Amino acid sequence: MKPFAYHQPNQIPDAARLLTSIEDSKLVAGGMTLIPTLKQRLANPPALIDLSKLGNLKGITDDGATITIGAMTPHAVVAASKLVQTKLPGLAALASMIGDPAVRSRGTIGGSVANNDPAADYPAGVLGLGATIVTSTREIAADKFFLGLFETALEPGEIIAAMRFPVPLKAGYAKFKAPASRYALVGVFVAKFADGVRVAVTGAGPGVFRVPPMEAALSENFDPSAVAAIKIDNDGLTSDIHAEADYRAHLVTVMAKRAVDAALS
Amino acid sequence: MGNVIGIGAAPKRKEDQRFLTGRGNYVSDIKRPGATAGVFVRSPHAHAFLRSIDKSAALAAPGVIAVLTGDDVRADGLGSLPCGWGISDAKGVPMKEPPFPMLAQGKVRFVGDMVAFVIAETPEQANTAAELLNVDYDVLPSVVGVLEAVRPDAPQLFDDVPNNICCDWELGDKAAVESAFRKAAHVAKLSLVNNRLIGNPMEPRAAIAEYEPGTDRFTLWTTSQFPHVVRFLMGALVLNIPQHKLRVVAPDVGGGFGVKQFHYGEEAVITWAARRVMRPIKWVASRSEGYVSDRHGRDHVTEAELALDETGKFLAFRVNTLANMGGYLSTFGPNIPTNLYGPLLGGVYTTPAIYCNVKVVFTNTVPVDAYRGAGRPEATFVLERIVDVAAAEMGIDRVEIRRRNMIPKEAYPYQTPVLVQYDSGDPMGCLDGALAAADVKSFGIRKAASASKGKFRGLGYSTYVEACGLAPSRFAGRLGARGGLYESATVRVHPTGQVTVMIGTHNHGQGHETTFAQIVSDKLGVAFDNVDIVFGDTDRVQFGMGTYGSRSLVVGGAALSKATDKVIAKGKKIASHLLEAAEVDIQFEAGKFSVAGTDRMKTFEQIAGAAYVPHNYPLEVLEPGLEEQAYYDPVNFTYPGGCHIAEVEVDPETGTVTLVNYTAVDDVGTVINPMIVEGQLHGGIVQGVGQALFENAVYDESSGQLLSGSLMDYCMPRADHMPMMKVATHSTLCTHTPMGVKGCGEVGTIGSPAAVINAVVDALSHLGVTHVDMPATPNRIWRLLQNASLPVAAE
Repeated sequence: MKPFAYHQPNQIPDAARLLTSIEDSKLVAGGMTLIPTLKQRLANPPALIDLSKLGNLKGITDDGATITIGAMTPHAVVAASKLVQTKLPGLAALASMIGDPAVRSRGTIGGSVANNDPAADYPAGVLGLGATIVTSTREIAADKFFLGLFETALEPGEIIAAMRFPVPLKAGYAKFKAPASRYALVGVFVAKFADGVRVAVTGAGPGVFRVPPMEAALSENFDPSAVAAIKIDNDGLTSDIHAEADYRAHLVTVMAKRAVDAALS
Repeated sequence: MGNVIGIGAAPKRKEDQRFLTGRGNYVSDIKRPGATAGVFVRSPHAHAFLRSIDKSAALAAPGVIAVLTGDDVRADGLGSLPCGWGISDAKGVPMKEPPFPMLAQGKVRFVGDMVAFVIAETPEQANTAAELLNVDYDVLPSVVGVLEAVRPDAPQLFDDVPNNICCDWELGDKAAVESAFRKAAHVAKLSLVNNRLIGNPMEPRAAIAEYEPGTDRFTLWTTSQFPHVVRFLMGALVLNIPQHKLRVVAPDVGGGFGVKQFHYGEEAVITWAARRVMRPIKWVASRSEGYVSDRHGRDHVTEAELALDETGKFLAFRVNTLANMGGYLSTFGPNIPTNLYGPLLGGVYTTPAIYCNVKVVFTNTVPVDAYRGAGRPEATFVLERIVDVAAAEMGIDRVEIRRRNMIPKEAYPYQTPVLVQYDSGDPMGCLDGALAAADVKSFGIRKAASASKGKFRGLGYSTYVEACGLAPSRFAGRLGARGGLYESATVRVHPTGQVTVMIGTHNHGQGHETTFAQIVSDKLGVAFDNVDIVFGDTDRVQFGMGTYGSRSLVVGGAALSKATDKVIAKGKKIASHLLEAAEVDIQFEAGKFSVAGTDRMKTFEQIAGAAYVPHNYPLEVLEPGLEEQAYYDPVNFTYPGGCHIAEVEVDPETGTVTLVNYTAVDDVGTVINPMIVEGQLHGGIVQGVGQALFENAVYDESSGQLLSGSLMDYCMPRADHMPMMKVATHSTLCTHTPMGVKGCGEVGTIGSPAAVINAVVDALSHLGVTHVDMPATPNRIWRLLQNASLPVAAE
């Protein structure tokens, strides 16, 4: 690790100002990706801006039709939250499957979403539930937020404050864990709303994506059998030493079935 | 002060007091005054000419003390890293043995090959300077797989090693095997890969070196399984340091599994550099650095054929293997896929003719050497897999075909056609014990229950034998060993009767401090708490060959037993004087020397006191003091064996294999501490399951980069992969070790891969699947099912 300056601002505007004024500086939320990267000297930012002292970024609130989760809320808190378990059942399950206990107690929902790792779990939950990403400057719909491999709609200096989730009728997440890393080799989030079903896939490709044919089929009939015969195209899916693209494509169908099953149980 | 805790008891481990309270003393815990930090610069290329190295920017970086390269090594006239074994081909032509310079000279031959050593005031400064070192590489085509490496047009690692073949080794009677194959009623054939593994001990390698100009002595603290061997190899053969001027200390070491039983270039470089900079230097590898520099294991490609008569009796076995050595010969490298492989191909069967050819091949990968089991898991996997293949093809039950060919208990000692003679064993007893413990009778019910959930259930057997307790020196010498393989122990009885043992084996997780103390407590009748075991320091321990090849109890324990006997013998002489009785009338039992048939006696403590305060003592004929030393060189290997039964469930939808039951009944000879033996079996089995289902070191074929270069991509077995294991021993006693012990450190790793893969194949056999290569990953199983000759349908 190379030396860097360390800032711990108390207010979002102060954090945003530091972020824009110090070139190549980095925000640190839970640090679950950033710290290993620094230790391997793969990133050498001149300054880290720690978000842990910002007010009001932690916690879960019930706004009636929506649930809002502060960006600095750790995965373990989301997983254990009775409110999330009741209103956003698939999301509590998803949070409980991330990494290991140490990662779940340090890692945050905002950090995960901002990083947009192609195999991270939260992007599937956020896109699958059609959440709104509330930032220091605006609100961004999940459908416009995730732009592919580690890329998001965040502008320079923009900081995620919270995620606002609409409450679904039913939701479920199924994950096939990569054997070594336990990231999602393929993870599928399904959410049923009054006006239709959303299906979001992580791990399979360079970024989280929706599967319209599955959404249409499940909107007609919210049952595992509805997606059992829907194959997705291998083209553009990831192929690596753990899984070839056609196997990942196959797993999308299997995990979609299991996610619907989870949502119904 | 506590009780006698003897052989067969299961006390908690003595060493755990310090480990569980955070008071262990590992190399990276050691702080030397004025220490500097060393960092190795490693090749990012698999194969390249080293055109030039420009040190100037690195030397100018803050805090940098020195930058050393292969040119500096050459200028100082230092030796090559030695190989401890020299094997030969069938005509007696010695293996090709190109030099292994401690820092690369002229060429780099694998990603991770060491190019330079940077020494600075802090690790950060050394790392920064290492990034500034300007190395000009001329990148060459590389080759990582053995099949590719032996092709005529393959890139050549060494100019004088044609086709990259280090040695074309063979064992057995080729003509007898060919003749038996001509008479066979059936020939089973199998092609398989034994996957490359990375050891991953919990503690990465580390070293500290220091030179004292006042005494002209060097000290090297290193994460080693055999400090005396490092002192010899490095001092005598690489750095030209006299043995009495070099101290090697291997303190607490966090796991080895073979990875730490080699003399590494890092040890030589840091020791050499410590005198050049006249300050202590510390190097601690990162996990990622370990992946490209710790010696790897296994990596075979094999074609095997088994000839059988019409009743399923094995007539002959023929095995052709290509074994990967990586870029250079490591300490034991060429010995592993030859001498520790071919002689085990007889297994527990009466196969009368066996022939084995192994081509030992250089590739642009990390050097390959011993990893827990070392050659014997590879042999067991080939044999136990092809037995299943033959059984399936001939329509004979898999247990029945094993029974028909097993060596009966009465036939021991049993001479195999491949050099080794098994002294003792009862494979049928182990098999019967395992069948009962695994509740094989009810397997059908469990299989039906799995089928009702859409899962395929399978059962796999592995009946194996191994050769360990390395090794009889004379026998090993004939096979090419360049050193002896005995062990030594000193038993120092203090004036107050407590005991310190100095032993040449090294404890890095095996529980020696407990097991050896039990032996002494049992034999001398002293309290378990009054025995301490010292190891891992060439200045404190007389000599030793270290810990590997399941040798510590078998060879080291035997030396300890002999030294203890000498203490008793001397004690009897002292007692005879004090009790005024003839020496032959002195008995020693339960810590008391007594005159037979009387109540006259002296305690062990009284005898110890008399030995050190010799006022009333036969000084004319007996030296004072009570300290004895013994060396023990075994007369044969030991041959633990057993039967492992794995039960798996396969999810055909995802290809996931779940190990649902595991049973092992092993013959390890006398058990000193059943808790420690059970732990060794558990650990070994998990490592074998890791090879069968999860672990795989994968290189990119075109670039030679290690793709599974971290724990994110290299899958280690974890607690949630394992069911509760049923582990038991069914021991016959070794006939030639003093206590009847056979060793238990590697049996789990040797028996388990075949059991697991045989179970996976069994689960899928109704689909026409006849073989699955390791690791049986979900993707691999799914692909097999896609290509299965019969349709995959729920049963």
